[in-house]
Amino acid sequence: MLLIDCPFCGKRPELEFRYAGEAHIARPADPSGLGDEAWGRFLYGRGNPRGMHAERWRHLNGCGRFFNALRDTTDDRFAATYKIGEERPMVAEPQGARKA
Amino acid sequence: MSAPFRLGAGGRIDRSRKLRFWLDRKAYEGVAGDTLASALLANGVHLVGRSFKYHRPRGIMAAGSDEPNALVSVGSGSRFTPNLRATQVELTDGLVAQSQNRWPSLGRDFGALNDVFSPLFPAGFYYKTFMWPKSAWKRIYEPKIRAMAGLGRAPTLPDSDTYTQRYAHCDALIVGAGPAGIAAALAAEAHGARVILCDEQAELGGSLLAETKATIDGKEASAWLSDALSRLSHSPNVRWLSRTTAFGCFPHNMVGLAERLTDHLPSPSEGRPRERLWQVRAKEVVLATGALERPLVFPDNDRPGIMLADAARQYLARYAVKPGTRVVVVTAHDQAYRAATELAEAGVEIAAILDIRQDASGSWAEQARGAGLHILSSTTICATSGRHRVSSVEIAPVGRDGKVGPRSRLACDLVLMCGGFTPAIHLFSQARGKLRFEERLNAFLPDGGAEGVRCAGASRGIFGLDAAIADGVAAGEAAARDAVGGGVEAAHSPVPLPKDLDGRRLDPLPHDRSPHRVKAFVDFQNDVTAKDVKLAVREGFRSIEHIKRYTTTGMATDQGKTSNMNALGIAASALDKPLPDVGLTTFRMPYTPVTFGTFAGVARGELFDPVRVTPTHDWASAHGAVFEDVGQWKRARYFPLKDEDMHRAVARECQAVRQSVGVFDASTLGKIEIVGPDAAEFMNRIYVNPWSRLEPGRCRYGVMLREDGSILDDGVVGRLAADRFHVTTTTGGAAQVLNHMEDFLQTEWSGLDCWLTSTTEQWAVIAVQGPDSRKILERLVDDIDLSAAAMPHMSVREGHVCGVPARVFRVSFTGELGFEINVPADHGRAVWQAVLDAGFSRSLTPYGTEAMHVMRAEKGYIIVGQDTDGTVTADDVGLSWAIGKTKKDFVGKRSLARPALSDPGRKQLVGLVTEDPELVLEEGAQIIAEEPTASHRSAPHKMIGHVTSSYFSATLGRGIALAMVAGGRRRMGETLYVPMPEGSIKAVVTNPVFLDPEGKRLDA
Ligand SMILES: [Zn+2]
Repeated sequence: MLLIDCPFCGKRPELEFRYAGEAHIARPADPSGLGDEAWGRFLYGRGNPRGMHAERWRHLNGCGRFFNALRDTTDDRFAATYKIGEERPMVAEPQGARKA
Repeated sequence: MSAPFRLGAGGRIDRSRKLRFWLDRKAYEGVAGDTLASALLANGVHLVGRSFKYHRPRGIMAAGSDEPNALVSVGSGSRFTPNLRATQVELTDGLVAQSQNRWPSLGRDFGALNDVFSPLFPAGFYYKTFMWPKSAWKRIYEPKIRAMAGLGRAPTLPDSDTYTQRYAHCDALIVGAGPAGIAAALAAEAHGARVILCDEQAELGGSLLAETKATIDGKEASAWLSDALSRLSHSPNVRWLSRTTAFGCFPHNMVGLAERLTDHLPSPSEGRPRERLWQVRAKEVVLATGALERPLVFPDNDRPGIMLADAARQYLARYAVKPGTRVVVVTAHDQAYRAATELAEAGVEIAAILDIRQDASGSWAEQARGAGLHILSSTTICATSGRHRVSSVEIAPVGRDGKVGPRSRLACDLVLMCGGFTPAIHLFSQARGKLRFEERLNAFLPDGGAEGVRCAGASRGIFGLDAAIADGVAAGEAAARDAVGGGVEAAHSPVPLPKDLDGRRLDPLPHDRSPHRVKAFVDFQNDVTAKDVKLAVREGFRSIEHIKRYTTTGMATDQGKTSNMNALGIAASALDKPLPDVGLTTFRMPYTPVTFGTFAGVARGELFDPVRVTPTHDWASAHGAVFEDVGQWKRARYFPLKDEDMHRAVARECQAVRQSVGVFDASTLGKIEIVGPDAAEFMNRIYVNPWSRLEPGRCRYGVMLREDGSILDDGVVGRLAADRFHVTTTTGGAAQVLNHMEDFLQTEWSGLDCWLTSTTEQWAVIAVQGPDSRKILERLVDDIDLSAAAMPHMSVREGHVCGVPARVFRVSFTGELGFEINVPADHGRAVWQAVLDAGFSRSLTPYGTEAMHVMRAEKGYIIVGQDTDGTVTADDVGLSWAIGKTKKDFVGKRSLARPALSDPGRKQLVGLVTEDPELVLEEGAQIIAEEPTASHRSAPHKMIGHVTSSYFSATLGRGIALAMVAGGRRRMGETLYVPMPEGSIKAVVTNPVFLDPEGKRLDA
């Protein structure tokens, strides 16, 4: 079971959280101004990287807050967790990581 | 009845406490400190089971959790456990054990015919033979095969024991309390770490428990052990757990431990849990899990009386048991010389030590030579004999060219084999540690890569007592340094691998017989032979994972502890590849089997899943309601009177609502209160509907979409004030909807000033529906004008019902005039009763979810999740009228503009009426456009839709259905076909609103 560091509550077991997909995919300010292809990319285009992944979690059975995390998909190690709206922190890419 | 093979002195047993036990109804005697296996060996019993596939007689092979053969069932009735390793079952007075996989008895077993016909059972036999006809596999072959092959029987009664679970945190978890583990615990504790030390055995000590001669720090090993345990037990920072198996390593240093609490007690006291699951989160983990002795692969190496050499030594040293009287040792490793020497000292005759190697020069070999033991180097075993116990072996010299020379026969009643040792890296590998193949050991060793997890002692190839202890000290110090920090210095460093590592044998021993005719077992528990592994390679399997599944090697309950490396070695030579290139199968948890009870803990019966009940639940129960599960909710489905069946009860309930009045508990509806200056703006963005101009006191049917345009949920929303909305959701969608709303509010629109609060459990909702509903409510409400003029359809008022603060909605999910009374949940039961009392003279009828479903279907009202799935848009179900046309944006709006979502050929909601009014279509049934003719009965037809809801409507006197049909709205009046096994059913497409399309009844 993963141990996840909620930026509001601290480290808590995975059971308290719900995964919420890739992070930093902002909803376009004016969706109607987007072509079908660009909108399709927003809806469905996801990185699915092997290596460091910026993703959203919600501390559902805790403070209820959404936050972002950097997790290495090869070994599930969390490099950072940070609040919504904060910039993606710079962390060293893990060895052997490949861009998707 | 005394045990003839028990020595008069020595061992860690208490001869004064005699224990009686039974195997297959035969009584034996053992002593305190015995395992079932050691007690049986003390009685000269080797034959304890039949093998999985060939039903071959099998004996005790190992001394610990690696035992593949000696599986027994223990206990009876509701305390019955199959497939326990006799080597791990602690003997208790009165213990009742049964051998497994034999009929009628262990000595005579009809299944042994499988062995005679074994040329018929090569690897993959079941796959190849029982292929056709397909249906016969399920009905005939599989049950027969399962009855013949297999291990113990499943218990037939519910488990009467209880189980418990705990979480724990520590600085250092040390798995394995042998010399390395104990040294690590002492070192970590001395450096201030909070330590948990666990071991699968009853006694802590590991190999020290069989150490009769060695000294540590100038003390006898046993004295060193008791001093160490005494020191650990006096430390407030150490918790040690015996009988506790670390069965799995999970991410972020969580380790699962299964602690056995009562199986070793003759009669566990009531209420005491049998086992405890520990979920330990450790800052650092030290794995001191030791190494597993490898069998040798030679013809008929599975007879009872053929054991692992060091296992025999442990029986002698620890349990004072002589496992035989005349022994032949066959080895590829020096450790067997130690076993032979110690057995000889105890008076056991050593017929010969056969060493497959050309020479053995280690210190154990020298000692054996010094003791005058008969050593034959470059010698192999070609055959063994003895039906229920080995009685002789045929040995032969092996020349430098590998040629096997002339045979000679040696009589014996015990054969000890040793193919070297395999470090137990299971947990390390589960922790995603990297492994490295060490050629000198012919084994994989840990090679870093698992953060916060380190191995010590034999589990990383450090054999020998002093080296293991030094390695344990270094690991314990390092764990404390990394976990506690703060100036802790590690004074010691891990012990380097010695140069004279030894343990090379992985290939089967050479022999002079036809390789096609002999059975040289690799996996004893799953009856896999060297021949099977080679056959798999010949048939084209290349990956070790495929070879494993095809031959089933390593797939038994022992997970190949004794067999995996041998199988890998054979596969590597057959593939003509270096062993590391063949790879290694995944080590899966659990290390040894864990009971279901341990995982379930208290989550059994009523505690298995939470049950949510509404405030009227007890009333409904008392009035004979039949309940249905909706998520975790119990909802009253219908209220049968006397001998009514569901059909008649539902017809009566519907009729009451349509003709006079009914009452329904709608408390399970999800409810969310949305409050704040930006509440209306938030609503505008989340729902397709416009909210800005909705007056306070009015309601609107709201629809929300996912961003991809599909319907997420629906429900009536009441506006209580400019800045306050009372939102309802479907029963099942409540949590998902709140999550969806929170997601947008927290991450996309964090500038909006409003709050979301779940109020599902705070409000009891009593729906009063039917032409007489207003007359009933008027009796209960003083401060709300319920008249049609003052309170039109789709409005909400705050006031009091029976003196209780209430929100009264005039809404309808039945198509009738109706109200929904929301009162604080604690008052729900009392207000329900007041409504019943007020309605008594008007035959107010309670109705359940089934009548509700029928009535909403008569009106064509959809249920999200039943009539819709994740592909259905608002327009598909005829709800485009709800969309705020002037709104610039809302969640899902842009997707609706994608061409595919406005394709006129999309499936659309329609009504279906069957030609035969008595027929009720099946929900989920497929719909086709052309009538299937007799000649086309089995031809593929284009499915154009499916039935989503279907009921018998007593009001309309016929079956009605809702369906999603391609281009459905253009097909009004068309006849379609619903193919069923009995023939296809004709149905005509209609408007989905079957009753009162003008909605006049709402204002009755
Ligand atoms: Zn939190």
